[in-house]
Amino acid sequence: MSRLARGLTLSLILAVVVVAGITLSSVIGQLAISPAQVAGSLLRAVGIDNGWAPDDPIIESTLWVVRFPRIVMGLVVGAALAVAGAVMQAIFGNPLAEPGVVGVSSGAALGAALGIVLASAGLSAFTSSWATAGLAFAGGLGATLLVYAVSRSNGRTEVVTLLLTGIAINAFAGAGLAFLLFAGSAASREQIVFWQLGSLNGSRWQEVAIVAVVSVAGLVVALVIAGRLNLLALGERSARHLGVNVEALRIGSIILVALLTGVAVAFCGIIAFVGLVVPHIIRMAIGPSHRPLILASAIGGGALLVYADLLARTVVAGADLPIGMLTSLIGGPFFFFLLYRQRKRSGGWA
Amino acid sequence: MAATAAGIVATGVGVSLDGHRILSDIDLVVAPGEVVALVGPNGAGKSTLLAAISGDVAISEGSVDIAGRPLGSYSHLALARERAVLTQDNQLSFPFTVGQVVSMGRSPWARTDRYDEDEVAIAEAMVAMDVDQLATRRFTSLSGGEKARVSLARVLAQRTPIVMLDEPTASLDLRHQEDVMRAVRTLASAGCAVLVVVHDLSLAAAYADRVAIVARGTLVAAGPPQQVLTAAQVSSVYGLPVDVTLASGRPVVVPVRERRL
Repeated sequence: MSRLARGLTLSLILAVVVVAGITLSSVIGQLAISPAQVAGSLLRAVGIDNGWAPDDPIIESTLWVVRFPRIVMGLVVGAALAVAGAVMQAIFGNPLAEPGVVGVSSGAALGAALGIVLASAGLSAFTSSWATAGLAFAGGLGATLLVYAVSRSNGRTEVVTLLLTGIAINAFAGAGLAFLLFAGSAASREQIVFWQLGSLNGSRWQEVAIVAVVSVAGLVVALVIAGRLNLLALGERSARHLGVNVEALRIGSIILVALLTGVAVAFCGIIAFVGLVVPHIIRMAIGPSHRPLILASAIGGGALLVYADLLARTVVAGADLPIGMLTSLIGGPFFFFLLYRQRKRSGGWA
Repeated sequence: MAATAAGIVATGVGVSLDGHRILSDIDLVVAPGEVVALVGPNGAGKSTLLAAISGDVAISEGSVDIAGRPLGSYSHLALARERAVLTQDNQLSFPFTVGQVVSMGRSPWARTDRYDEDEVAIAEAMVAMDVDQLATRRFTSLSGGEKARVSLARVLAQRTPIVMLDEPTASLDLRHQEDVMRAVRTLASAGCAVLVVVHDLSLAAAYADRVAIVARGTLVAAGPPQQVLTAAQVSSVYGLPVDVTLASGRPVVVPVRERRL
């Protein structure tokens, strides 16, 4: 298949997968709602009166207060994480770089946890939710800068160094989280545990809006720099010879990754491996060119989280599993597989 | 263009890295339409000189002018439109196809009127480097020699008036070595200023207008091959007795080897 045909096929598959995922997530749950009622309710919301729309206020509120914000949150958080993964892999020149694996997510979670503990110490609700988001971003940024500074040499990142740096940062952030668990009140403890496991449960429209704005803005920036990210694959020197301001691109990309990961972690906790699995599969399907890769990853990441969240809230009746646990259950083995393949190909861990 | 008539002018260039003096007092001019070969023993500073002239390494003394303007006055993009550089590093982080890699050479011209040349420039470069058959192959699956040719095709596709090549013939077979050096000559006849690092002295002698010998961080000699590549000069620079004979009027350098029975 030509590249264009592959791209079109992939777009079609993704579109079907996303629409199916949204429909399933709207329909399935403790309260069964028919697809016609969902369609009717959506049409009424945009001002078209129709016979399908549900009259039952419970169905209306289930859709608009519980399910829809959760679905949209899944879409935008998945997009943010997948795009962050693709950008991070590009600047590290390594397909194994991922915010969760290298410790950016746990850095952000540490920041968020700090925010929670400080909030319980007496900040107002409004300031505290912003403080949490801001500290999550700061934690993510700090972790990204640290990984970047430690694991790169001569413009390349070796797998071993990258993963060892990730271990160190995850260990440090884990210890920090443990301390905050120890020091915090019972209520903040519960919230911190929630952050560590990740969940889309209880997503509210205001939060969805913040994540959506950051995700879409981040996606646009990522698409703008995509051409330069391609050149970076040649190595930093060659990219510079082709007119790329490598230093600016690097710093900009790091901030972008921290922002996307930070906003996702701040509202939904650690949801690992999305940024690893999604860009990898897309790359296998349509090749590594970054503009289509980033766009398709955004959609694919959103779709993945919508399905993962559907699983999380339906697989055990009456319980809401943490979504971060599910993605790690799938992503962990996938990561093993990638390591194994890379090792087989390059004959070592370099 | 009057500005581009100046090619590369390096004056009194010195480079220190980590307190060590790598290069000192190098004067080198590469005029448009000229191929200058940079030769010298391993560790003499050839690659550092190339890096200094291409703007990768900061110079601690002297000055470098590219196309009549100081190197430091260029933005990254403006410089990429004046000079193309081939490094020895042929790695690629992701499995782009050969066609995609060569087309990366066109990126400095995106959103300019020369954007229209893209297809022609890419096709010509790929034919010149004999990689047009590989267009849909993944770069990461190629052999070392094929990668080197694809990288050079990328540099050719950039179509800049100044071209700097660091050992473009290093991993190539005899035929492709000649192909590459012929392509270098073609560039020069089209008016480009070409600076090329080569290890094979005979190859340098056969294709370069002038040869510059770098040894121990300084420029030992520069001039037409016949004048510079003498047996005495080469023997003293490399610390190895050599014979220099002439083939088609160009020096051929062969080490003096004891006859084995």
